[in-house]
Amino acid sequence: MRDHITLQVARYLPEKQSEPTFDEHEVPCPKDWVVLDGLNYIKDRIDGTLSYRWSCRMGICGSCGMTVNGEPKLTCATFLADYAPGPLRIEPLRNFPIIRDLIVDIGDFMRKLVAVKPFIVRRYEKPLSDGEYLQTPDELDEYKQFSMCINCMLCYAACPIYGLDPKFIGPAAIALAQRYNLDNRDEGAAERMDVLNEHAGIWGCTFVGECTKVCPKNVDPAGAIQRYKLTGAVESMKAFFMPRGA
Amino acid sequence: MIPTHDVVLVGGGGAGLRAAIAIAEFNPRLDIAVVSKVYPMRSHTVSAEGGAAGAIAPDDSLDEHSYDTIAGGDWLCDQDAVEMFVEEAPRELLRLEHWGCPWSREPDGRVAVRAFGGMKNMRTWFAADKTGFHMLHTLFQTSLKYTTVKRYDEWFVTKLLVDEGRVQGVVAIDLASGRIEAITARAVILCTGGCGKVFPFTTNAAINTGDGMALAYRAGAALKDMEFVQYHPTGLPFTGILITEAARAEGGYLINKDGYRYLQDYNLGKPHKEPVLKSMELGPRDRLSQAFMKELEKGRTTETPYGPVVHLDLRHLGAKKIDAKIPFVRELCMKYQGLDPVKDLIPVRPVVHYMMGGVHTDIDGATTLPGLYAAGETACVSINGANRLGSNSLPELLVFGARAGRAAAEYASRLYEVTPGIVVQTDDERRRVERDLLNRRGHERIADLRTEMQATMEESAGIYRTRAALEKGVERLTQLRTRLADVAIEDDSRTFNTERVSALELAFMVDIADAILASAVTREESRGAHQRTDFPARDDVRFLSHTVVYRNPDGTPRVDYMPVTITRWPPAERVYGEAAAHAGPHHAAGSSLPARETV
Repeated sequence: MRDHITLQVARYLPEKQSEPTFDEHEVPCPKDWVVLDGLNYIKDRIDGTLSYRWSCRMGICGSCGMTVNGEPKLTCATFLADYAPGPLRIEPLRNFPIIRDLIVDIGDFMRKLVAVKPFIVRRYEKPLSDGEYLQTPDELDEYKQFSMCINCMLCYAACPIYGLDPKFIGPAAIALAQRYNLDNRDEGAAERMDVLNEHAGIWGCTFVGECTKVCPKNVDPAGAIQRYKLTGAVESMKAFFMPRGA
Repeated sequence: MIPTHDVVLVGGGGAGLRAAIAIAEFNPRLDIAVVSKVYPMRSHTVSAEGGAAGAIAPDDSLDEHSYDTIAGGDWLCDQDAVEMFVEEAPRELLRLEHWGCPWSREPDGRVAVRAFGGMKNMRTWFAADKTGFHMLHTLFQTSLKYTTVKRYDEWFVTKLLVDEGRVQGVVAIDLASGRIEAITARAVILCTGGCGKVFPFTTNAAINTGDGMALAYRAGAALKDMEFVQYHPTGLPFTGILITEAARAEGGYLINKDGYRYLQDYNLGKPHKEPVLKSMELGPRDRLSQAFMKELEKGRTTETPYGPVVHLDLRHLGAKKIDAKIPFVRELCMKYQGLDPVKDLIPVRPVVHYMMGGVHTDIDGATTLPGLYAAGETACVSINGANRLGSNSLPELLVFGARAGRAAAEYASRLYEVTPGIVVQTDDERRRVERDLLNRRGHERIADLRTEMQATMEESAGIYRTRAALEKGVERLTQLRTRLADVAIEDDSRTFNTERVSALELAFMVDIADAILASAVTREESRGAHQRTDFPARDDVRFLSHTVVYRNPDGTPRVDYMPVTITRWPPAERVYGEAAAHAGPHHAAGSSLPARETV
């Protein structure tokens, strides 16, 4: 086995370049090194100007998503040795504007997240002195999977619909809306319907399913969208015949 | 001048977001800003695994939670703060439940609690073993409801603005554009988490560089109990990824190279098949990490390319229990260590995990500087004393995040204005960050200096310390500081310049490292996580007191002491194992309230 591997790393500085270029570096490739270790090696020892985001290095903070050999990956959970003998091509996540090097602008997602009201909505909030809202393990399981989203943006990078139509609200935001819709403590489904049940909402999705394939946390956004389409269709039918809430 | 905001929060993790919500609810007219160097949901609260303590079980009591915390902290906790903390913790955890946190449940739908190290009763709320992740996302998503909370995502704070004796805001770099701005406010709350990155081997994320502690220290505020650095006994070698204490609470064994449950040799009780509270693997973290070092001395650890390890054995728990209670442990082991805890042993070693010390505050988060507050790991209230108990840090950031938020909101309602001196300070800071820290010529690499600092800290201020090693560390840090003045920054771009950020973080960490060493040299005793082999006993006559450290104008630290508040539990011996069953809060005055009724 070779002990080094070549990384081709995308570089982009908006004030100097109109198109990204690639730098090539040899980095060590011990069996427990992840792609992020290779990038840190470059930054610490070869070129301190390389810019990228990372933090927890344990697959939970969601910072270090990048495109590795064409696929969206968490670079802290992607091993260099799996790509031997290389080379590896590391690019920013697709479908987002690039700020610099491997850093993309996720502001669009942050705004969409707010739009789906990702919090408990209730008409009446009981006081703390009344204790917890009961939720059985089965009720928890109803939404638990959708609560595992780490906002890493791999699903947006993989989604061909989002690539074509940036207005599409996208997989993670829909999954998080469903996370609350399916929570027995929540009463906000009707309010979220306004955002979700339109073309830029769930109906934009043609069920390609790439989002679910790339999700590092098995959230299954595609499943969330399909399930919600059924709800949305029923609600639309009802709205056609009778006023909301009837 | 009128400030940009009423209250500025530095840091958007658990403490910062809880504080932001507290302010928004306290006074909806206040303008709040959360300034964070990462998007809030990237904050390190996200990595907390095991759980959050809050006494709710019928057989539990607030007094017992207090007593466990105080004994666990080797009597260095302020007992008035602890009593207030344990009383508010269940309420805060319950509030998070109302906000949607997916707490693990009993079959009847009530919140479930689990065992944890150093805790006599089951009182740790958990969301499987991603408790911090769920708490952080719940807080972040809930914060989106409040339109008075504005966010400065990916802004790096370089300086606190202090004029006429008051903190009046911060100077920060907008990382994306490189713009440097004063963000002024009537009050500032520091919630920037810990500083594990001062050490080479840590569970902490890359972002945990002690920014808030250094900002406060430089502005003249006191840091407290900085010598108390917690080593968590079970980190994966190489990565330092945490294997939660919950793995032991659910019944995991720690074994040495002979397959022997070595903790029985260290006054932590006798081994039983099932976990026993406050015994063996459920002892406190300081004692377990120290036991590892003793095993290493005895040659009973296993050598690996990443240093000596012992093993955590979960095999007897079976796949079903592991998947239900600690699925993240299995995921992390499979992904990062290439093993399956259902059938393999997990190699583990002690790893720097948490700072008991931090910015000195009172129970409302107020620091020694008017207008400056701190909460969470950044702060030292102190409820953690010389050793924090597992699952106390998550409720701490809720309780004290909320308290600091309310106190800062009240202070900020007094309509302080920004004084003219701030303008000059901002210009100076802009010049420093723009002119001196872009395309900076020098001969030293940031990464080399960082590695050197981390090695210095491990060698001088690790699990066991001596005067000689600490003084050598101080000397090496002084040399490092000189070399830091010759650091090179090749990057000349204003756009997302991470090299400049690394240089600023490194300078913060060197200040923190100084404060840790100075505090450790002067404490000539062994207490909790501070173990001096040249002073092996606890010395309540000389050192039943908090270390406070200030920064002299020349940058050197000045150490002082202040008393520990004792309310009902005078210093006693810490006992674990069988004897723990007989030690408790009851011998003292005061009644044990059944916890549920106080919620």
